Amino acid sequence: MEEDGYQGDVCKRFLYVNRRAPYGTIYALESLEVVLIGAAFEQDVSVAFLDDGVYQLVKGQDTSGIGMKNFSATYNALGDYEVTKLFVEKESLAERGLTADDLMEITYEDEDDDWAEKPSIRLVDRAEMAALMADQDVILSF
Amino acid sequence: MAYELNGNSYDHDEEGYLTDLSKWNSELAELIAEDEKIAMTDEHWEVVNFLREYYDEYQIAPAIRVLVKAMKKKFGPEKGSNKYLYELFPYGPAKQACKIAGLPKPTGCV
Repeated sequence: MEEDGYQGDVCKRFLYVNRRAPYGTIYALESLEVVLIGAAFEQDVSVAFLDDGVYQLVKGQDTSGIGMKNFSATYNALGDYEVTKLFVEKESLAERGLTADDLMEITYEDEDDDWAEKPSIRLVDRAEMAALMADQDVILSF
Repeated sequence: MAYELNGNSYDHDEEGYLTDLSKWNSELAELIAEDEKIAMTDEHWEVVNFLREYYDEYQIAPAIRVLVKAMKKKFGPEKGSNKYLYELFPYGPAKQACKIAGLPKPTGCV
């Protein structure tokens, strides 16, 4: 990186906000790719899922009828990229008749805890989500 | 653009990545490796097969540092290193090994 203003050691808090359903538009897939690419810069990364974005994490996705690649398995690779904080808004789930049991089990291996497998998904309510957003240096919306 | 093998033709993109990964087979891998000036050994196959398993599970080709970390975990520190992987695939393990494995170019690999 040689852009003006780049500061190599600064770690910023990045939040990627997902508000749209996984298929039908390219936003969810593009967001996921940006998260994976951005992970190389070793920042403090969180990913938020709210509104229709919660559908991105629903288990048992089947895209065979719509001719799009089912990329839902890729969320499970996020842990390998050290993206371990996936915040899901409780109200968004409830408004869509979903519960935590409808979501994929996404885990990461904690390098500092003998590779213990831990859940990446954290349910938060709307007020906590607002606080999370207020706490970020950079927010990218998809 | 296509690879020709035993009377069959396998489409690839302008950089040599296979268009349809379901058409991949080990003979084709040897042919792609030849184009990359790589003679496949057991060690090369270990990486290629590992990448295919990773893709099968996660639907992406891992970035190089993720590959290094995952190799380290599965095969130990000697094989889970940049040096080891670059010795096997001098023009970039992620790029070359993924091409030989019939996978798309790794996400984030420019």
